[in-house]
Amino acid sequence: MSFTADELMTIAAARALSDNDVCFVGIGAPSAACNLARLTHAPQITLIYESGTIGTRPRVLPLSIGDGELCETALTTVSVPEMFRYWLQGGRITVGFLGGAQIDRYANLNTTVVGDYHHPKVRLPGGGGAPEIASSCGQVFITMSMSPRAFVQTLPFITSLGHGSGPGSRAALGLHTQGPTKVFTDLCIFEPDPHSRELTVVALHPGISREQVQAQCGWRVRFAEPLQQTPAPTAAELDVLRALQERTRLAHGAQA
Amino acid sequence: MAVVLSLKQAVALHVHSGDHVAMEGFTHLIPFAAGHEIIRQGIKHLTLIRMTPDLIYDQLIGMGAADRLIFSWGGNPGVGSLHRLRDAVENGWPRALALEEHSHAAMANAYEAGAANLPFAVFRGYQGVDLPKVNPNIRTVTCPFTGEVLAAVPPIRPNVTIIHAQRADRAGNVLLDGIIGVQKQAVLAAERSIVTVEEIVDDLAAPGFNAVILPAWTVSAIAVVPGGAYPSYAQGYYQRANAFYKSWDAIARERETFTAWMRSNVLHS
Repeated sequence: MSFTADELMTIAAARALSDNDVCFVGIGAPSAACNLARLTHAPQITLIYESGTIGTRPRVLPLSIGDGELCETALTTVSVPEMFRYWLQGGRITVGFLGGAQIDRYANLNTTVVGDYHHPKVRLPGGGGAPEIASSCGQVFITMSMSPRAFVQTLPFITSLGHGSGPGSRAALGLHTQGPTKVFTDLCIFEPDPHSRELTVVALHPGISREQVQAQCGWRVRFAEPLQQTPAPTAAELDVLRALQERTRLAHGAQA
Repeated sequence: MAVVLSLKQAVALHVHSGDHVAMEGFTHLIPFAAGHEIIRQGIKHLTLIRMTPDLIYDQLIGMGAADRLIFSWGGNPGVGSLHRLRDAVENGWPRALALEEHSHAAMANAYEAGAANLPFAVFRGYQGVDLPKVNPNIRTVTCPFTGEVLAAVPPIRPNVTIIHAQRADRAGNVLLDGIIGVQKQAVLAAERSIVTVEEIVDDLAAPGFNAVILPAWTVSAIAVVPGGAYPSYAQGYYQRANAFYKSWDAIARERETFTAWMRSNVLHS
């Protein structure tokens, strides 16, 4: 069964989630991955959106973080201050799921500005929940498509912390959480090296070469040995993902 | 004590040029009709406060109502940029917009500190990131018991908070249900408040003993505005117009199409 790079990115991320996870879900690719996991191998996973919905089981993917679908299918819905204070800061989230406009080799993320903060070339949306998701969740997964503009040598602005400037950065700030442990892209999967904390390719997607990954990355990429290959999507994974996205397309298009 | 007014009267009485105005609603119950009334009345030089500026502040900023924005995430959720916000920040059109930028956790805590009448909000956050370098209102405080250094931000104390809710009863008590965001905190933190509602009813029909209800004596004015949250939504009344949120991207991308849309749909409606 043929598949797209975006489909494999979402499916690879979904596979990393389990029934035991309590997951703080960002909108877009993270939301697709988390719900795919729930609809396939992890039906007991707890999905939490920052709008306050806990244990939500949406039939279609929400366009926004606070669609009515999330509230209607949630176990309970709490206020936003409670969400950030008791549930996120309280240490009850096992996995935070983030995307970003730009990432560096230590998995720090920028979603704030390109250029100078006070005179930006491009003003991006900003951090939202990300700064505290990155520090308070047990671990962080990231999904991003690769390009030289997105995977950069130096970030113009650090919106959320990954591994800072390398070993010991998080601990020096008093953080005991793991930070980013996996980055799922359209070409490969990165994990931080256990010693240097630098993002290292641990698996290439089927048909992707090392050169193709390097061509889309602004720093010199390291590859783990032995290098794995990401298993291709199964027919079952693709069927569930495509049905979810088709339901979503119909639902969002139908409301005028 | 809540007084029932027309939306026009409520805005004229409680929103003044130069005010700090919070219009809250986390995706749900965003008070769009009230934002449009502020635009129609030509109220200017506002400091707009809102966690997620959304289309409502894109419209106010694009019409030149704001000098300053306090916020934590400024995009069109699931769609892309807020083009009018970007044009104001990147090009100063139609006027320059000063930013005070926070994280969601900081804003949520700051509203709660405002409601609790505290001099600052304290939380564990902002470790290792750049926002504290560009926002002098992000500071630290040391825990007197453990020595832990924590983030501190000022409370949010708006001159006026505006929200939309499902309904009020004839005494002026207000019920919110569904995704409740920070609206209760935002109303209790403010000097004055306006609540637009879908309807006024004899019995609030609260869904349980712990329903979110703002007593009439915490609200300044109530205005009945059915559909007042559109294109946002009111749980139990109408759904979010996701298709409109997508179409806004093309409307707001250019100054001319934006201005024409506002003229047809807000100024002369």
